[in-house]
Order: sequence, then structure tokens, then C-alpha cells
Amino acid sequence: MTRKRKNVALEGLLEGGHTKAPKPMKTGTTIAGVVCKDGVVLGADTRATSGEVVADKMCAKIHYISPNMYCCGAGTAADTEKTTDLLSSNLTIFSMNSGRNPRVVMAVNILQDMLFRYRGQIGASLILGGVDCTGNHLYTVGPYGSIDKVPYLAMGSGDLAALGILEDRFKPNMELEEAKELVRDAIHSGIMSDLGSGNNIDICVITKQGVDYIRPYQESEYKDKRQRRYKYRPGTTSILTEKIVPLELEVVQETVQRMDTA
Amino acid sequence: TMFATQVYGDNGKMKEYHYTGPVEHRFSPYSFNGGTVLAVAGEDFAIVASDTRLSEGYSIHSRDSPKCYKLTDTTVIGCSGFHGDCLTLTKIIDARLKMYKHSNNKCMTSGAIAAMLSTILYGRRFFPYYVYNIIGGLDEEGKGAVYSFDPVGSYQRDTYKAGGSASAMLQPLLDNQIGFKNMEGVQHLPLNQEKAVQLVKDVFISAAERDVYTGDALRICIVTKDGIKEETVPLRKD
Repeated sequence: MTRKRKNVALEGLLEGGHTKAPKPMKTGTTIAGVVCKDGVVLGADTRATSGEVVADKMCAKIHYISPNMYCCGAGTAADTEKTTDLLSSNLTIFSMNSGRNPRVVMAVNILQDMLFRYRGQIGASLILGGVDCTGNHLYTVGPYGSIDKVPYLAMGSGDLAALGILEDRFKPNMELEEAKELVRDAIHSGIMSDLGSGNNIDICVITKQGVDYIRPYQESEYKDKRQRRYKYRPGTTSILTEKIVPLELEVVQETVQRMDTA
Repeated sequence: TMFATQVYGDNGKMKEYHYTGPVEHRFSPYSFNGGTVLAVAGEDFAIVASDTRLSEGYSIHSRDSPKCYKLTDTTVIGCSGFHGDCLTLTKIIDARLKMYKHSNNKCMTSGAIAAMLSTILYGRRFFPYYVYNIIGGLDEEGKGAVYSFDPVGSYQRDTYKAGGSASAMLQPLLDNQIGFKNMEGVQHLPLNQEKAVQLVKDVFISAAERDVYTGDALRICIVTKDGIKEETVPLRKD
């Protein structure tokens, strides 16, 4: 409890005082998930922004939780990474202890518990999808710890654009290929309409048989075709000073070991 | 339901906002609509280029809103920043150009337009036009000229200048490729028109990769003694 109070106090100091904290990298983002007949399809774009600058053009937003569960993350990049990593570690320990594959409800409850405890200071909006013995599930967990269990979902700054597509074409018990196309179109709409989302589309298909993590499912159609070459010859950077320090070494012992290069 | 909503901050960019109680909202007369402008002066030509994306916050208003405006046969101005002020400013400049033509029986030269714009902008020193201007054109001798401004009227003549949202990314690249800065043993070849246009296109491709407010298409206006030629090149739309 004291550690939490200290963190809150520190955050307050930075906000009010003259020191400016470095801006954390946010994922800007469009993520979406759809429950279909055979499993769950998750999708995400691959752009990470730091303010208005694109920090990463190929960042992975679909995180591994367990062999039967994956989680898409929007919000502060570090928060989504660490939260999902922590969840994954805890669930692996649980599987080893109990000898079972973890259920999706368990993962959701752990996430909700942790995010609520931190009072929204962890800026992670997550879409958790997985298949377990009770069926195919899709949950959303908000940064303050709220959860929602729904058949289709979009989060991130491009969520309204993606939700438009999902609301129009979602049907219960869709075929897998149709669900993949729907998620691709939803993410694509987010990429085109939202400035915080862009570049490629990743898709993750989770079924009872296994997981198909397709990265990238669709590469961005915009290839930069530059007209001139911008290479520098060696010697272009000026050498101001040069200092050579010879290492005085003495051969003490020499052994030869043959390498097996067959 | 989530309690985190996103509102636009004072300068129009997205701001994280957590509701904790009644909050007073201040009306801001400004908004930031994005966009990048670039101008390059050559021996007998000038190039003014801008992207055509108009945005606000994380949304796009238009994919086809170029920021270069033709003033005379020898001058083009690029304005980026707050779109409302860009439109009003260009209207005012057009009106002043007409007035000058009727009083003095000749068109304004690029240098004269630059000096006039400086006084127009300083006239609003205490409620500025939120516009980053760059004028590109030919001077009286027919040589390329670029004049760059800040929002309150400070200006200078340059060989090349980038303004707007991706200016900090483009300016160092131009310093290196046109000004040959930070390079040793490289021939200082004067820039010809074809190379300059290629460089401008490449530089905007880079800007569109890393700046979210720049993209959609690139409008290039090439000013020579034969007139103004316009070219449009597609950029990333995401």
C-alpha cells in the first residue's frame, strides 16, 4: 500500500512542478476481435506513436498469454507489454501447478483485479480472446478495471471507425474465413480514418486445434519508392581527432582446437 | 463503460482526460489542422510543395486540401497551421495585391509581397494568425527566392525552408542534401530543377512515414519565368 501511495505522490509532483516527465509511447491504435463458429479472431494495426511522431512502424500489439489465449493491447505501450507479460507468467505457473490449460475467465479476473488496484494509472485497454473447454470467449478490460464480454469488439483511437464495419457486417456463428475478412476490413477502416493507426495488419486466429498468428496478415500497400539514392561514401563524415591506443599483449599460452566443419 | 474520454487540448492536439469532477472548459479560438510546407529556391526556378491532408486531433477532415496558393505569376505561398487563419490570410493578401496593382499599375514582386506579409502578420501581434508561411517565387532578377515567416511576421530570405508539422524532420535533411552540411569531400553541385523536384518528392515520402499529420498527396508548384506548373503525387493515406 505504501508503494502505491508513493507512486501516486511522485506522479503528482511531476505534473504540478516544473519537471516534465518524458512522454510515454502510446500505441494510438486500432484493435478488434470477433467470435466466430470455430474460435476467436483478433486483429491489430502495427503503428506506435509518441505524440504525433510514428515511433514504431511494425510493433506487435497482439501479445501471447497462453497457448489458447492472446491479448491485443491499446494505450500506453509499456503498460500493455508488461501487464500481458505478467499475466502470461502467472498463468504459466498456474498451469504447471494444476496441470490444466487456464480458462479465459481466470485471465480476465486477474487483469481486472490488477488494473483496478492501480486506479487507472496503468493506461492499458485490452481485448482478450481465447478458446477453452467452456467455449470461445472475447472480453475487453478497460484501464480502470471494467470488463465487458461481447461477441465483437474494437478498442483504441480507431475504435469508432472499426466498430462501424463490425456493426454493419457481424453475424453470429460466422465461418472462419469470413471472420478473418471482417476483422481485416475493420482494422483497415481504422488505419485509413484514424491518424494514430497505420502500416500493416496483424491477425491472430485461435481455435480448438491451435493458434495461427499471421504477422503481417496484410502488408501496407504504401511502399516508399524514393527517386534518388541517399548513400554516403566512406570518408563523408569528417574525422576531427584520432587517438590510437595499442594494446600491449604477450602470448602466454597457445592451444589449437579443431572445429568440426563437416 | 470507460471513464477516460479524449478531448482536444488548447492547440487542437489530442489530450488524455480523466474525469474526476466538474471541469470548466475554455473555448480556444485556435485549432491545429496539420500539414507540412516546403520551399526550395534554385538558380532560375522556385519550388513550393505541400501535402494535402487536413486533420484535427486524430481525424481527417479532407485528403485533398492543398496548402499552396498562387498569388501572382511569379509567386506562390504555402500556409500551414490553423486552416481558418490560412484562408483568411490568403484572402487578405489577394485583396492587397489587387489594391497595389490598381494603385501602382504593376504586379507586386516576391520581395514586396514578403515585406507586406510581415506587416500584415505583425498587425495582429496580440492575437496572431496561427499560420506558418513560406513564400516561394522569382525575384526581380529572375533568380529563385524563398522567404520564411513565423506566426507574428519575423521573416528572412532563404535558399530552402520547411514549415508546418513535419518541419523539424525535413529541415535537417534539406540542410544535408541542399546545403551540403555535415559532409566532407562532396562536390557542391548547384541544384537543377529535375533533381530538386525528385528531392522534394523523396523528402515528403519520408515525412509521411513518420509524421501522422502529413500524407494523402503532395502538391508541387514549380515557378519559372514561363509560369507556374502544378504536379500532384500520391503519398501514404494511413
